[in-house]
Amino acid sequence: MSLSLTGGNSAAAAPLISKDAVLAFVRTLPAVTARGIARSAPLVAMLVVIFAIWQFAADHPGASLPAPTKIWADSSELILHPFYDRGGLDKGLGLHLFASLQRVALGFALAGIAGIALGMLVGTSEVAMRGLDPIFQVLRTVPPLAWLPLSLAAFRDAQPSAIFVIFITAVWPVIINTAVGVRNVPQDYRNVARVIRLSGPKYFAKIILPAAAPYIFTGLRIGIGLSWLAIVAAEMLIGGVGIGFFIWDAWNSSNISDIIVALIYVGLVGYCLDRLVALSGRIVTRGTTAN
Amino acid sequence: MAFLEITDLAVRFKPTAPRVLREVRLKIDPGEYIAIIGHSGCGKSTLLNVIAGLLPASEGGVVLEGKEVFEPGPDRAVVFQNHSLLPWLTCRENVRIAVDQVFGASKSRAERADWVDQNLALVHMLPAADKRPAEISGGMKQRIGIARALAMQPKVLLLDEPFGALDALTRAHLQDQVMEIHARLGTTVIMITHDVDEAVLLSDRIVMMTNGPEATIGEVLDVAIPRPRDRLALAADPRFLAARAKVMEFLYARHARPEAA
Repeated sequence: MSLSLTGGNSAAAAPLISKDAVLAFVRTLPAVTARGIARSAPLVAMLVVIFAIWQFAADHPGASLPAPTKIWADSSELILHPFYDRGGLDKGLGLHLFASLQRVALGFALAGIAGIALGMLVGTSEVAMRGLDPIFQVLRTVPPLAWLPLSLAAFRDAQPSAIFVIFITAVWPVIINTAVGVRNVPQDYRNVARVIRLSGPKYFAKIILPAAAPYIFTGLRIGIGLSWLAIVAAEMLIGGVGIGFFIWDAWNSSNISDIIVALIYVGLVGYCLDRLVALSGRIVTRGTTAN
Repeated sequence: MAFLEITDLAVRFKPTAPRVLREVRLKIDPGEYIAIIGHSGCGKSTLLNVIAGLLPASEGGVVLEGKEVFEPGPDRAVVFQNHSLLPWLTCRENVRIAVDQVFGASKSRAERADWVDQNLALVHMLPAADKRPAEISGGMKQRIGIARALAMQPKVLLLDEPFGALDALTRAHLQDQVMEIHARLGTTVIMITHDVDEAVLLSDRIVMMTNGPEATIGEVLDVAIPRPRDRLALAADPRFLAARAKVMEFLYARHARPEAA
């Protein structure tokens, strides 16, 4: 119908999008779709094979884990309605994930700010590096959950404790990568800054920060991955709303199907977080690496 | 007192190490074009870095217009060998960061923007001003490096093998542009090179360095060829050939490189 705009009355005003442009676009569609299908075919095939084996292995009476068909029967509501809310803790997976993401966002943002600042300090000052780097190297090996009892004791509340665990998990790779990035800023750029007498905060903002940005984003990317690993474990212990608690709660009520659905969601969200940081890194550091 | 004077300069990188440079003495007049030539490792880059203030002198020193050089500054702008443009900035922004820093207090925003464009136009890079360094050729990068240095209105322009990494045709083109800029602005230039033809074509005096360690100035040659100079006309000019022969004789007969590296 919309294409008939130009038909009949040839004196009519030109349509907003010309017919030729639309046709040209439509003509490219088969090629684009064909390429998309060709590229995703191996993945689809692999998923079909995995689900088939799973179905075959688990679809008999007395199986300890549910088959895909049983999962659908048990938990299709979780998949189809991620945002239902029946009050209390009976919420859709989307709402649980949202609660977890909020914690991660806050903890990770704090870790990013503190990590970049500390990394700058350690990367710039020899004295700071000698004093702080050994401490960082020891503390970063402490598993995230080992911090939880300590932070519960300190904050006496579940919410800040969980955020602290995220912070303390994500901060180390940010610090270490930022410091390496700052130390690796080419002498040429430093010389340019010296000749034009750029110093102090301006020097950091205009030379050091952009030159170290690719390293900083590597640290942030490792950090967001670790945060997501830590939040699920931490929420299992602190309870309340959150995807980690949801999984633990499902285990306590023997809803194995719910657990499997939740795991798939956790994986997909973790993947999206990683892509998101990688993408923002590519946008911010455009041109920095190629020279 | 000379415009720029280097007095009994010696440089050593460690207190116990032998001197890289020793007893360097040179007086330079305003507007002069000086080439420093020598084999690799003769300390010519070290000498330039001391004049720039990027390296400290161990003995003696450098005095520019009555003031001793002890730190880098925009009055001694450097064009680095590998251009050293900041890759995350466009060409215009690379010049602007220097202009904003040097003239931030003395020029208005509009004046600074205008000054940036004037300098980009001087090296014929205005059309590509909004590209990033990764998107332009090596010769273009070096032109932006020259524009950035000139935009600081330096008392001395220091060129550290500025055309070393370029192909012969681009190099000739850039040499002509530098000669034209030198003629127009009358800037004092100190250029490091290891290209004999380039030294003779561009400079008023050629400072020839002996081999290191403990390198020093072996000889200074006056190039008494009137400007403007034309590379085609000079190719067969006896004065050009004589100067060229003298530098060659110094570099390859009397101070041949000790070992082929």
